[in-house]
Amino acid sequence: MKNDLLRGLESASSNAAAATIVDSAVRASKGTVRPGYVRPIDFKHGRVDMTHGSGGRATAQLVDELFLSAFDNVWLRAQNDSARIVAPHGRMVIATDSHVISPLFFPGGDIGCLSVHGTINDVAMAGAKPLYLAATFVLEEGFPLADLRRIVYSMADAARAAGVPIVTGDTKVVEQGKGDGVFITTTGIGVVPDGVDIAGDRARPGDAILVSGTLGDHGVAIMSLRENLSFETTIESDTAALHELVATMVSAVPGIHCLRDPTRGGLATTLNEIATQSRCGMVIREAALPVKPQVRAACEFLGLDPLYVANEGKLCAIVPAGDATRVLGAMRAHPLGSDAAIIGEVIDDPHHFVQMETSFGGRRNVDWLTGEQLPRIC
Amino acid sequence: MKYIDEFRDGNLARRIAAAIGREADPKRRYHLMEFCGGHTHAISRYGIKDLLPPNVEMIHGPGCPVCVLPIGRIDNAIELAARPNLTLATYADTMRVPASKGLSLMKAKARGADIRMVYSSADALRLARELPQREVVFFAIGFETTTPPTAVAILEAAASGLENFSVFCNHVLTPAAIANILESPEVREFGSLPLDGFIGPAHVSTVIGTQPYEYFAEEYERPVVIAGFEPLDVMQAILMLVRQLNERRAEVENEFTRAVTREGNVKAKSLVAEVFELRSSFEWRGLGEVPYSALRIKDEYRAYDAEARYGITYRSVADNKACECGAILRGVKKPTDCKVFGTVCTPENPIGSCMVSSEGACAAHYTYGRFKDVRVVATTA
Repeated sequence: MKNDLLRGLESASSNAAAATIVDSAVRASKGTVRPGYVRPIDFKHGRVDMTHGSGGRATAQLVDELFLSAFDNVWLRAQNDSARIVAPHGRMVIATDSHVISPLFFPGGDIGCLSVHGTINDVAMAGAKPLYLAATFVLEEGFPLADLRRIVYSMADAARAAGVPIVTGDTKVVEQGKGDGVFITTTGIGVVPDGVDIAGDRARPGDAILVSGTLGDHGVAIMSLRENLSFETTIESDTAALHELVATMVSAVPGIHCLRDPTRGGLATTLNEIATQSRCGMVIREAALPVKPQVRAACEFLGLDPLYVANEGKLCAIVPAGDATRVLGAMRAHPLGSDAAIIGEVIDDPHHFVQMETSFGGRRNVDWLTGEQLPRIC
Repeated sequence: MKYIDEFRDGNLARRIAAAIGREADPKRRYHLMEFCGGHTHAISRYGIKDLLPPNVEMIHGPGCPVCVLPIGRIDNAIELAARPNLTLATYADTMRVPASKGLSLMKAKARGADIRMVYSSADALRLARELPQREVVFFAIGFETTTPPTAVAILEAAASGLENFSVFCNHVLTPAAIANILESPEVREFGSLPLDGFIGPAHVSTVIGTQPYEYFAEEYERPVVIAGFEPLDVMQAILMLVRQLNERRAEVENEFTRAVTREGNVKAKSLVAEVFELRSSFEWRGLGEVPYSALRIKDEYRAYDAEARYGITYRSVADNKACECGAILRGVKKPTDCKVFGTVCTPENPIGSCMVSSEGACAAHYTYGRFKDVRVVATTA
């Protein structure tokens, strides 16, 4: 608290110093300041205040100097309340995702790139090619503008790398104490190629279950930073956009039945969701699950199960048994799927249980996550 | 993972399972109680029952600190948390235990009570230092394993003159609970609960040693094997109990020689003795009032005793009528014998405490073993 207060006072005094410099510059130039000059936002020491969300000049300036300049594209430059896009042919998908992660910056990423990846992945899990994103920011009064800029540029980089522009957005500011720095909601739209029909209710007995890589990296990276846990680890979040991996998989096998990214609640939750939707059961093999040794170790001493720990750059695929090797080959050929593995099978089961053959030799349920394993993970 | 994988080796497990199968006398049954919820969890999670012959039966005991906490004690904790200017620091497990009036600590938190989840008594102490303007109470629960750290927290608070810290003490004792089960009418008179031997918790014995169990082995003629929590530890302990019963021995044996001695941790025991003394009686869920089964803070450290400091009065509250937690904790019934198991009572909406903690018999069976009740046969290749 005290440090925050001090920092606030320091930044206020540096604003005052900056104002004095400007004043003297104005005096020295004897009124020759360029007409229409607007003093730029102080992204070094400045903080979000209520005017940034008022819809007035300060909001416009923030949009112009930060969002527009970072996300820069033809739709944003048009400066309309909405983005006008050409409707593609075929079936479209739309997905939305809010991000409230704490801490905002973590090994391997931050809330900015996470908010881009999260929604791109939700669109991609329908087998769709993501086309456009919209972004909404809820900022807390007092949030450092330097952090905001870092987050926004991280989003811009992620969107650019993924080839999915952020075409419209909104910013609101809430009073201090009523938010937690920044919350970001992103919405994405995409188009599904003809002949692709991927949905959570399409798993069939006999299908193979695959995952694209190691489980639990994101959750463990976040946990290592939590104030009441803090432990040292070399694990980084796996946050990544998976649409290109999906595109390779779909072009190898258009008949993939289900795709889903196991985020909150981990793989266990994803498998239970699909089993319920598809009215089937599943059996997975513990020995086949890819888990990094560091993640296993962290889970061991925290008493967690990697099956329930969040991922942000992994997917689970359910494919007809005959296509499993081909999909696996396509996944492994992509950098984001190099650790892909076949982990189990879909079975007929009126109770929709997900079971696991333990490495120990027994068998058990892999149930839905109960309660909250770790709040605000994404 | 080194030092972990060795104790979860499937091949070794099959070898021990084969030995149990070979040595268990087919003409008799073996009723073995794993006292501790940690063992219950390991048995369910690794599917150990699948590896045992049908005449070796595991009975879940009451050794789950969250499960045995009576409703009245949770009510007390909620009353404390509802006080203005008070912060309650608690282990996460207790958050969802149902209390009176449909409340739980989780629900009290949602209604504005300042309740923080901590991983240790040291975290609670740190919280008190970080919040000097608030009163911080540590909701201390657990068997002999969590007692020494609570003692250390109280001693540290006393040494540093930390005035805004106190402890709501609910520490209970393992041997007293086992004695209570062996004295119960189901075991002694009716014989409706056959108990041939016990698996004792290794973490408790790292503190108290194996010596306190010698009395049961002798007095009640029941063998005890102190075992670790890895699945191979449990398998090995089962084999050792089968051998003792076959040879008509009733001894205390130590499977967990890698950390447990007869005397235990003398330093930890002396810390506990410095701060705590026996309560003449304490209510356990399932067992009722059990004499000399729990600890209270000594008068010398009264300043750190939340019960004295805030004038807490205990009121016993009966369990929900439909809930069989009591009988399940005594080993008399199985989770599936309870009418509300898996229907009204689930981990999301627990009616009884056995469904709350992952160490509770009901939660362990619901989470890991439910599919066995309906005989789903997997058709894997």
